[in-house]
Amino acid sequence: MIEIERLTKRYGATTAVDQLTFTVRPGTVTGFLGPNGAGKSTTLRMILGLNTPTEGSVTVDGVPFAGRPRGLRHVGALLDAGDVHGGRSAKAHLSALARSNRIPLGRVDEVLAEVGLGKAAGRRIGGYSLGMKQRLGIAGALLGDPPVLLFDEPLNGLDPEGVLWVRGLFRRLADEGRTVFVSSHMMAEMEHTADRLVVIGRGRLIADESLAEFSARNARSSVAVRAPELSLLVDALRAEGAEVDLMEPQFAIVTGMAAERIGELAHRHKVVLHELASRTSSLESAFMSLTADSIEYPAGEAR
Amino acid sequence: MSTMTLTRTESARSVDPAPRFTDLLAAEWIKLRSLRSTYWVLALASLVAIGINLNAVHSDLTYIDHPPRPIPGLPPYRYDALYHSLSSIACYVMAIAAGSLGAITVFGEYTSGMIRTTFAAVPDRRGVIAAKVLLIGGITALAGAVVSTVSFFACNAMLASRHVGLSIAQGVSLQAVIAYAAIVPVCALIGMALGALLRHATASIVSLVMLLFILPLMFGGDRYRWLHEIGAHLPMETVNRLTYNPDSLTTISKWAPSVLDSWITMGVWAVVSVAVTAIVVRRRDV
Repeated sequence: MIEIERLTKRYGATTAVDQLTFTVRPGTVTGFLGPNGAGKSTTLRMILGLNTPTEGSVTVDGVPFAGRPRGLRHVGALLDAGDVHGGRSAKAHLSALARSNRIPLGRVDEVLAEVGLGKAAGRRIGGYSLGMKQRLGIAGALLGDPPVLLFDEPLNGLDPEGVLWVRGLFRRLADEGRTVFVSSHMMAEMEHTADRLVVIGRGRLIADESLAEFSARNARSSVAVRAPELSLLVDALRAEGAEVDLMEPQFAIVTGMAAERIGELAHRHKVVLHELASRTSSLESAFMSLTADSIEYPAGEAR
Repeated sequence: MSTMTLTRTESARSVDPAPRFTDLLAAEWIKLRSLRSTYWVLALASLVAIGINLNAVHSDLTYIDHPPRPIPGLPPYRYDALYHSLSSIACYVMAIAAGSLGAITVFGEYTSGMIRTTFAAVPDRRGVIAAKVLLIGGITALAGAVVSTVSFFACNAMLASRHVGLSIAQGVSLQAVIAYAAIVPVCALIGMALGALLRHATASIVSLVMLLFILPLMFGGDRYRWLHEIGAHLPMETVNRLTYNPDSLTTISKWAPSVLDSWITMGVWAVVSVAVTAIVVRRRDV
């Protein structure tokens, strides 16, 4: 379990993380979402004691992680696949980590085989693809068989087979009763991976709820209606409580009413329909509208 | 299912063994050994340094056999076996190699990002630094000792045939051999401190070269005493003073520090370097 309380990190005038409070529970995969620069990596580093908070506190299983003499049996972490020395082989890299925590060296071969790097174990990490480095980072996180696991953008650079494998792995780890905390800037990635979501923007908490709650609250369904004499229908729809958004004279987006009822009303008012289509807005767009106000580096701004 | 879950989590925690410093030392040894370039630098430098000393003395044999004609008014030529068997060129080679090795082992962790992986695995930063200092200090001390003793004994064995060789018990020989070895780990520790302070490859190496080789040139001369005092307390000046042979024809400055002063200076450089490394690495975010 990871408990974060009023966690704040300031760099001079910039506040990277602002009064964050949330708890990551065991037995679930918790997604940590936010746009680039939202403060996800800074938060993960503070959990690991790599960065010192300006204010607030964070504990892992009740203890500040920085106070532990050895870490791998308590928290396994993949922060950045590039946080390795390119000159070493995967085997040497993991052997040094294992040795520092007095983990038997046989475990190195085990985790390398588990992530599918068994054959590449003797090669220099510098020659690895990003996907292979992600796998190596995951192997490092699994080394100490820890109850808490942190992954920062683990799906970057993985091929579709790798993505499926990672999702299966996270599910299995959570089912074994471990705390699995996975950051991402893509809602689409988390939609199929996480049970719970912690969403932040500009260092502040935006949402902390289950994926089901999040989609119930944010994913609104709507109906696209196209008709040559649309104006005849609009009043009838509004009279029954539907919300009509006229996009064009002959095209509207209707919310708050099912497509069947719209069809019935069109029939009753003898309006010819050219299109009647139900749409469910994706969680991705819900996430984007939620965090739209808090994007640190928006594209397309005039300079 | 929850019962099984609990059991496995409990067992994972209950097997957490007591932390041992030797584990950290062994881990650092794996790291050093698995980067060929680093220890090759030291091994190659040691061979080159011994080669320089042996070659210099070997070519001097001809000059000893055919000494220059004495100049009227000056004392007759006397060969300084200590100065030639423990040459400053070879000492510089060892100093830059050891200093670079020290710097690389620290800034290499920062520039690669490995430092985060290291500290996530071992949150006890003090332990990691202590293991690095001990390992790098130990290896460079070994290299320094090998270069110093092999140079001294092999060169003076060659010179014995011309009856100008020194024994280790003669004059300041022992002191010189120890200082010539000791400066090597001191330079490695200075390199580590610069690597930790600057966390940048080029900046670390350039400042190392500045401190060891360029600064002494700027504080030379016998005009102002305070300038001379600063210069005399720079790292490489300590070994120059401690390998100085008072029985030779060479003279040193009237303000030259005492032998004890130079030993203390060398020790202070080592202690301050370790302290700087420990403080900046422990305090800073990574």
